[in-house]
Amino acid sequence: MGEILKSLKAAIWFMFLTFPIMVIKVNPIEDTVVWRWMNMAYIGVGVFFLSFLWRFMLARRNQGKKAEESGKARMPIGQRIAEEPKIKYPAIALVGAFALTIPFWADMYNTNIMTNVLIYVMLGLGLNIVVGLAGLLDLGYVAFYAVGAYSYALLNHHFGANFWVVLPMAGFLGAAFGVALGFPVLRLRGDYLAIVTLGFGEIIRLVLENWNEFSMGPSGIANIDRPPFFGIKMDLFQKTDFMYYVVLALAILTIIAVTRLKNSRIGRAWIALREDEIACQAMGVDRTKTKLMAFALGATWASMAGVVFAAKSTFINPPSFSFWESVLILVIVVMGGMGSVVGVILGASIIVLLPEYFREFSEYRMILFGGAMVLMMVFRPTGIVTAMRQKYTIHK
Amino acid sequence: MKPILDVKNLTMDFGGLRALDSLDIDVRPGEIAALIGPNGAGKTTFFNCVTGMYNPTQGDVLVNSPSGYSTRLNGLKPNKVTERGLARTFQNIRLFQNMTVLENVMIGRHCHSGAGHEIIMDPDNSPVKRMAASAFFGGMEIAATLLKGKRFKEREQETVQYSYKVLEKVGLEKFANNFAKNLPYGLQRRLEIARAMATEPFLLLLDEPAAGMNPQETKELDDLIQRIRDKEGISILLIEHDMRLVMSISQRIFVMDYGKKIAQGTPGEIRTNDAVIKAYLGEDIDA
Repeated sequence: MGEILKSLKAAIWFMFLTFPIMVIKVNPIEDTVVWRWMNMAYIGVGVFFLSFLWRFMLARRNQGKKAEESGKARMPIGQRIAEEPKIKYPAIALVGAFALTIPFWADMYNTNIMTNVLIYVMLGLGLNIVVGLAGLLDLGYVAFYAVGAYSYALLNHHFGANFWVVLPMAGFLGAAFGVALGFPVLRLRGDYLAIVTLGFGEIIRLVLENWNEFSMGPSGIANIDRPPFFGIKMDLFQKTDFMYYVVLALAILTIIAVTRLKNSRIGRAWIALREDEIACQAMGVDRTKTKLMAFALGATWASMAGVVFAAKSTFINPPSFSFWESVLILVIVVMGGMGSVVGVILGASIIVLLPEYFREFSEYRMILFGGAMVLMMVFRPTGIVTAMRQKYTIHK
Repeated sequence: MKPILDVKNLTMDFGGLRALDSLDIDVRPGEIAALIGPNGAGKTTFFNCVTGMYNPTQGDVLVNSPSGYSTRLNGLKPNKVTERGLARTFQNIRLFQNMTVLENVMIGRHCHSGAGHEIIMDPDNSPVKRMAASAFFGGMEIAATLLKGKRFKEREQETVQYSYKVLEKVGLEKFANNFAKNLPYGLQRRLEIARAMATEPFLLLLDEPAAGMNPQETKELDDLIQRIRDKEGISILLIEHDMRLVMSISQRIFVMDYGKKIAQGTPGEIRTNDAVIKAYLGEDIDA
């Protein structure tokens, strides 16, 4: 009851506040004032409803917290899909079947979009290693993406290098760049690390933009070859479908790799480093080595995703690797659930698909993103799927 | 018998402040030693100097391991100190809260569970060789993790088994798959000790292990510490304010005040030492 009253108060307050702009309309030509009283009613009802919803959600969240403390919490739906074997395996089978058959029933446009989703899944999972597991806030992640894309584009342009040859090479090159970035920032944490990585990302982009002799500057590189398939000639549709399967295979590879890393000795060291750096070192974990591994392995996936991106779009230029891309990937990780593989996959799908299918709302994209992030932080700060730790069985 | 930890003339300056002043402390094999002193005396600073968190301004931190080698620990990184056989706990609990209890202990196994750790940890090998081995086996480990071969799984299982045994020793095995943050306070302290034990130390440095515990928990801790010394053969140096605990379990006590050692001896000697009474209670005006 008190809640209703509070919502009512909020509604009246908002009606009063927006009165001058929403209700009064002066027509200077005819010298008349139009009173739009209906608008006031709309605002009143809308604010009342939203305010009440907000309060209701807050109350529910607090209840959830209490339940969690007493250990009787019901797992949220995303969590249950990721955890319970009864739901998990059918879900995997379903998603797998869906992913495998997309090119057969979807048109080229949709197949292309799904390819994009998978590229972001790769990027998100790679960044998940750095941010989610090792707890190192990296705002210049897109730099490694650019490294991969440009290494393929340039090698292909100058030497006609094959996609399949460059892919592993770019992986190693990305790892090398990761280590190169990792060394100077070993001692940094939190905000400081974020600033330096941000700078690193911008440096790479600016170099690509301005070093015309090397990267052909802002005009970019065009006519990059798509991945060949044993020299078989394919038309554009087949090429798109093939590209989709290539990315799907790589994304699955990434998922397997990141899951394995997460539940290994290396992954544990990353998480320990995130949880408490001092205690982690005192327990015998080599901080330098662990951090460099995180940067290197994170960068590897970004770099490979970059190669795929270059091959898919056949044209790249520096604006594809702006700071906004880094933010987008970070949003995928944070929203999906830091450290959670399933979360990142969901996050990538949402972040790529929603703007794509709701093009009518593209003007409001930023505000919707911002709003969604705020709501996430209030109601589910650990992301859509909270990362869980492996349960070990002990053989006696 | 050589002391396993031999600290000579240890001095630590923070700018103009002398936190530790020519400290001499030694711990003998199989001993429970205690370091006491009023707040701000420099006890934790001493721990931090020994375990590599700080690099001391002057003096030597020497260890003579029961297996026979001697090393100087000054300037080594904390993880290297741990590899040499010293492990510590923290005054304010520093567990990995969002990891399970078992995983916390598994982190303690980190330097013993990696591929090639025999080469990396052997103090007889040159630093260059150890670093090269560390980089090489790091790369190998990534490959092994991604391929998830038989060797990798065996290693993991070994780590799990060993860690579980350590949990059994401190009585935390039923909580193995719980998050560390969900443990009650007293058990969190226990888990910190278990985690340190998993690094296979010969000397355990406990920083106020009984802080915030009720008498019953303190009693259990007393038993645990004695058991670790007797059953595991781990020597113990502890910082503690709970005098009953200190007096009952330690063979020797070192007393610090304002960064200096003001007394050392058996509990009986310390109890009647004038300098110690003065440091804790102040001087008698009439005397």
